Amino acid sequence: MSSALGQPHPVAIAFFLVFIAVTLAITWWAARRTRTTSHFYAAGRSITGFQNGLALAGDYMSAASFLGIAGLVSLSGFDGLIYSTGWLVGWPVVLFLIAEPLRNLGKYTFADVVAYRMRQRPVRVSAAVGTLATVVFYLIAQMVGAGNLIRLMFGLPYEVAVVVVGVVMLAYVLFGGMIATTWVQIVKAVLLLSGAFILALLVVARFGFNPVALFSAAADRYGAAVLTPGQLVANPWDAVSLGLALMFGTAGLPHILMRFYTVPDARSARVSVFYATGFIGFFYLLTFILGFGAMVIVGQEAIRAVDRGGNMAALLLAEGLGGTPFLGFIAAVAFATILAVVAGLTLSGAAALSHDLWVNVIRHGEASEQEQFRVARLATVVLGALAIGLGITFKGQNVAFMVGLAFAIAASANFPALFLSMFWRGFSTAGAVASMTTGTVSAVLLIYLSPTLQLDVLHHASALFPLRNPGLVTVPLAFLSGAAASLGWPDREAAGRFAEVERRALLGAAGE
Amino acid sequence: MPDGTIAGLAARRWRVGLLLTAAMVTVYFGFILLIAFAKPLMGSPVAGRLTLGILLGVMVIVCAWLLTWLYVRWANRHYDAALRGLAGPPA
Repeated sequence: MSSALGQPHPVAIAFFLVFIAVTLAITWWAARRTRTTSHFYAAGRSITGFQNGLALAGDYMSAASFLGIAGLVSLSGFDGLIYSTGWLVGWPVVLFLIAEPLRNLGKYTFADVVAYRMRQRPVRVSAAVGTLATVVFYLIAQMVGAGNLIRLMFGLPYEVAVVVVGVVMLAYVLFGGMIATTWVQIVKAVLLLSGAFILALLVVARFGFNPVALFSAAADRYGAAVLTPGQLVANPWDAVSLGLALMFGTAGLPHILMRFYTVPDARSARVSVFYATGFIGFFYLLTFILGFGAMVIVGQEAIRAVDRGGNMAALLLAEGLGGTPFLGFIAAVAFATILAVVAGLTLSGAAALSHDLWVNVIRHGEASEQEQFRVARLATVVLGALAIGLGITFKGQNVAFMVGLAFAIAASANFPALFLSMFWRGFSTAGAVASMTTGTVSAVLLIYLSPTLQLDVLHHASALFPLRNPGLVTVPLAFLSGAAASLGWPDREAAGRFAEVERRALLGAAGE
Repeated sequence: MPDGTIAGLAARRWRVGLLLTAAMVTVYFGFILLIAFAKPLMGSPVAGRLTLGILLGVMVIVCAWLLTWLYVRWANRHYDAALRGLAGPPA
């Protein structure tokens, strides 16, 4: 099958330019409404629960999950399902444990919550390290993915693609702040969900709208093995460890947590996770239809011929079912997806630099509103330049493991401290610092020693640490070190203010 | 502790939250362990050539929806009412 992929196709470029024009118009509109730090970081708390639900889905559904999982399913069948489900199961945990108290206790970052009753400076520094580590690894994966995908889709040189993504994203965040970022996420989520839905509909239409017939056709062509667990989870501990990182990592992703400050109250935060879980679950169900659809309709040989990793499966499927115009639409949606995720990451990284480090550590919380606003924008430029620089530095590197690493750090460095600070009276400043530092350091160290890096990237003969994702070790380790340090170095003032935290977690600032 | 106090309601919210988290953990890791240790069972057909494994994968997503719905229903009905009680009677 010949494909229009890899050439700068007019339809794809037209869709892409329309998207850029619409989102820049939104940014211009948002820029006029972005006058304070609260607008810049938290959209003036004006986003509704439903809108935030879509924006959360937009922040979370990356091109990697759209193209990557569909590709994985198309080439390895059932095993891809482990990812489709794994990426969703963290969302209920966000709702049950984090979203509402976080909204009531914090202002712009999750460090606001952890540091609430602790000594500010050590806790803020550790939280910023955890945040920046998560954001940087996530950004590298997204930027390298963006460069590769855009080269494959449009034939643009890698560096040009990285710079275009970086500059457009920077325009959104720098001028439109969280208001523009939120609306870009919403536009992207609607495009991605409807694009994937139409594509899935076209697939099941081929099988008389009967998904069972699709699965039967896959088994007829490639054998029953594609519908059974295969080699991907050869070691069950690997699957459990990755599952743990995915499940609790979602509740520690800084750009996701930051979104809960954009709604007016805890009830809207609750509603927004409910919608987000609905949208994201629906999307992952669709990736399954898309994956098996590509397997049967496009064929594994044709998918591998374009990209050995299978990343172009969904695009080839779109071309096969809807012709070149539909391919152009889906390719533009994939590009929009990357832009939106990168914008969310940049904003949360900038908040850690400016709100946590500059305002609360260097200036002891005494910076004027004007200064805060200026530093926030400066930090955004730094993060944007960093994203472009990292994207170009890691060109051609195998960075697939970095998303798993970002989730492992989020699950180990951010989630345990955030949870314990709200849940346990005895959690102390020393405990928070120990938990976040241990989480970050152990996750980075163990992934360095893991087969993921030692065998796949560095091509060494063996790895010191057996698990591909360190979550199974590092999440409990972060909890234990946090508990041990809290017991060893208790913090009487922090314990004394726990009742205040409990009250505010329930009633919010207005209840004071 | 009774729900009429902050600490009582906070404890109740954590109980509900942790219970539902435990349910989600059980469902997801149950699925993973079945994949790891019961491959033939997961490969057995349930409808046409559709396997039990695929059906259970879909069920994991459905369970996530169901658990979030349960929480939201509890929070809207009981937790919000208790919160209103705590905030004090309207003046």
